[in-house]
Formats: sequence, structure tokens, C-alpha cells
Amino acid sequence: MTGSPQPRKTGDSGGAGVAPASAGPPVALQLRDVRYAYAGSENWALDGVSLELTAGRVLGLVGPNEAGKSTLCLVAAGLAPAAIGGRLEGSVALGGRDTSSALPHELAQRAGLLLQNPVTQLSGTSPTVYEEVAFGPRNLGLPLDEVATRVEDALAALRIEGLGPRDPMHLSGGQAQLVALASVIALRPPVLVLDEPTSQLDPAGTRLVGKALAGLAGATGTAILVVEHKTWLLGDLADEVALMSGGRIIFRGPTAAMLDDERLADLGVEPPPVVRLRRSLVERGLTPEPSLLAGEGQS
Amino acid sequence: MAAIAFGVRGWTGPLSMLAVVLAVVLAARLGRSLTPYVLATLPIVISILLVNTFFYPSATDVIVALGPLAATWTGLAQALQATLRVEAFALSVALLGLTTSTDDLLDDLEHRGVGRRAIFVIGSAIRTIPRMAERAGEIVDAQRARGLDTEGSVWRRVRGVVPLAGPLILSALSEVEERTMALEARAFSAPGRRTTLRPLADRRWERVLRWALVVAAVALLSLSVAGRFPLP
Repeated sequence: MTGSPQPRKTGDSGGAGVAPASAGPPVALQLRDVRYAYAGSENWALDGVSLELTAGRVLGLVGPNEAGKSTLCLVAAGLAPAAIGGRLEGSVALGGRDTSSALPHELAQRAGLLLQNPVTQLSGTSPTVYEEVAFGPRNLGLPLDEVATRVEDALAALRIEGLGPRDPMHLSGGQAQLVALASVIALRPPVLVLDEPTSQLDPAGTRLVGKALAGLAGATGTAILVVEHKTWLLGDLADEVALMSGGRIIFRGPTAAMLDDERLADLGVEPPPVVRLRRSLVERGLTPEPSLLAGEGQS
Repeated sequence: MAAIAFGVRGWTGPLSMLAVVLAVVLAARLGRSLTPYVLATLPIVISILLVNTFFYPSATDVIVALGPLAATWTGLAQALQATLRVEAFALSVALLGLTTSTDDLLDDLEHRGVGRRAIFVIGSAIRTIPRMAERAGEIVDAQRARGLDTEGSVWRRVRGVVPLAGPLILSALSEVEERTMALEARAFSAPGRRTTLRPLADRRWERVLRWALVVAAVALLSLSVAGRFPLP
């Protein structure tokens, strides 16, 4: 990947994770029996969620509206309840360290969070996209050349170098989403939590983001938790997919098997086009050519 | 500069500051850019001239009498002095805006140790105004598309403000929590000094001149207030 961020050594920058005894990839994100209720609410938005994500792996999260996906993102990144209050039961660990006692700026170095609405993700104080992407690294007080390197790498990874001099408040929705993602990537956290990172992107932009994220996970060992309605993108990107409903993870498994699971459609999640095509052919009594459907995640 | 224009008695304060403004305007070739600012002060300047010239208390040196009103030399002198003070104040502030970009100013303030929260509040306020204006335009367009009439009489325009203000304020408030989270997720509350992206050159002679101006301003003001300033 051109201009991709530099590979990070295990244990660097806030702790990449805890290596299990078998010396496999370290666990970057771990939730154990997590229940979370927003401030002022009696209901659990998350109700007994457990998951583990190792370095360099990508976990896709799908589910119907109100399933708790965005809440899981906030909790996984440590911002709920640290920044917005609420009740949390169970434990959340980033890089093997519990998030409950961490300060928000410490959490920002352990997990990067991309919210659904890119406009509110932008600082609103930067005159150019370049400075917007530099906002996070500058907050950390990094040396100027390190800030410049991170910004240029992040912009290059998403091929938006040309937006550098533009005013971030005058971008299209898709461009703003790419800038917001670049701003998160520039922090180089060991864990990325992305809430619908391609919701405002066209198919070409979506593929670009997919490639960039896959490259990031492969090159730097970044663990990525991504909420995504475009299941075909998860087919290309995710190692595993989990289905959420009612604040719980209903089931989780390898991407190909999960995206082919009938229960997905039952819960309102649309399978990738290739799966729908295969099912349609089978329903008509036709046998699909295996090579035709080889690219499982392709649209 | 504004403090000297108002603080130093007589003609010396405003005239010396206007001379400085003029020198900077010529050096920076900002003559035309300053015109709108001069025009903007006209209403207040005209009112100062009229009120002081015709109604200055206990002035008896009449220039010309217009019915019950009489213009006086004393009033005119006071009016001109006040006008020069207002112009010196307004144009020195305008000069700051014309010669210094907001981003450079904020960067430099931050470099000099002003807290990141203060800088963020100032920067955010400056950049939010045009964004709010844009959003207001979008909301008005949306309301018009739904049949709301905001053109025509004053009453119609006033009625149009309510459906504009509600969504505008509510949408801004609803974003606050999300913006807070986004800032926290980008390490806004990290301790220590932020990296300055554009360190501004500050040469030795500039620092000397700056401090000399500060010392001179304090001295002038002190002498003037103490009544020991020899010039008129």
C-alpha cells in the first residue's frame, strides 16, 4: 500500500496487546461479559457481550438497527463510559490493560474511533485538511517531522493527498469521511474501531477504504473492529464476522461462512450480492459455476 | 495602540497612533483594503461631529448659529479629537485583522503557552460562525421547500425565524456530545504542549521593537494620566 503507515513493533505505542502463552498474535481488544447502559437509561444497550480481537485481525460487525453496534464501538474504544458516562459492567481491555482506570487521552493512543457522522468528527478549527489530520498527532506533542510523516502517510493511504490544502468544512460527505478516517489513522493506534466508515462513499471509495484498512492490518498489525452494512466489503476485508442483535453477539465465525448463513437475512442483514446470486441460481434449479462465484466478497 | 489613542490626553495620542497606522498601511500597501473599515465608522463619526459641535456644554465661541442651534469652535475641536480617537482605534484593530491571519495568530499564541482549550474555543468560535450561517441557509431552504413563506412583509420574516432558530439551535446542541467524544478520541485532553505546526519566525529586532513599543506605550499612558505629558 503506497504511503501506508510504518509497521509498528509489538508492544509499541500504548501496548499492542498481551501475547498468549502459545505466542500467537497478541490480544489487542478484549471484552468480557460487558453490559452497558447509557446515562439516564434503565435498559442495557449492551447485554453480556464478550469478544476477543488479536493484532492484525479484522472483525466485521453486522446487525439490524438498534442492535447495539455503535454502542459496542464506544465501549470498545473506552469512551463509554469514560467520556459520556453511563453504567458499565464486565471488563474491557485494550492491549491487555483495563480501560476503566484510563484517561481519555490515554485511550486515544490505544484505540482509534471513527464515528458515523464525519462532520462532527472533524475538529472544526483547522483551516486545511492537512492540519485537520495533524490535529491528533499534534495533541500528543509529537515532534514536527513525526507529525508531518504521519499526516502524509495517512493521506497517502487513502489517496487523498490532493485534499490537503482544502477547507475541511467544505468537503463532500464522502471526502469528509475519508478525512475523518485519515485523522484516526494518523494517531496510529494499535486498535481501530470504525463505525460505518464507508456509509457516505461510492463503491470505488468503499473499495479504496477496504484496501487501505486491509493493508493497515497486514502491514502494522492493527486490530480492526468495523461496523459495516455493506457485507460485500466485509467479504473482502474481514477475517471474521459477528452478528449483533438486541445488545448481544448472536453468532460469530469466519467471514465466508457467516456471510452465507441464512440467519443473516432473518435478522435484516442483506447478504453480499454474490451470495444472493448463488441462492437465486440454486432456487431456479441451476448450478452456479464455481469460478463465477470465486470472489466471495466481490460485488 | 487603541489604549494610547484613548488614554493619552489632547491631540497627541490619536494623531500619533494614526501616524503609525498610516505608516503600516503604506508599508503593507493596504490602502484600498482599509476603505470599508473607514466607511463602517462613518455613522458614529458623523454623530460625534454633530452632537459635539452643536451641543458641547458651556461652549460660547460660536462659529455659526442655525436657529436655536449653534456650532461652536470648542465643540468642533472636541468632536475632531474624539473622531480621531475612534478612527485610530478602529483602524488599528482593522490593521490587526488585515495583516495577521487568524490561524497564524492562534498558532503563535499557542506557541507562547496559551492553553489548548482557550485556543480551541477561540478558533472554534471563529470557524463556527460561517458554518452556522451555511446551516441556517440550508434550514431556510428546507423550510421553504415545505411551503414556509419567509419572504415579503416584516411579520412574515419574523414568523420565519422561529422554524429556523429551533432546528439550528437543537442541531448544534445535539452535536456537542458527539464532538466531545470525537475530540477525546483524538487525544485533545492529553497533557503537555501541542506541537506547533507553523512556528513563526521571530527575529531579534522584532522582539526588541515589540518590547520597546510596550514600554513606550506604558510610559506615555502613565505620564499622560499623571498630567506630566508636555505635548498638547
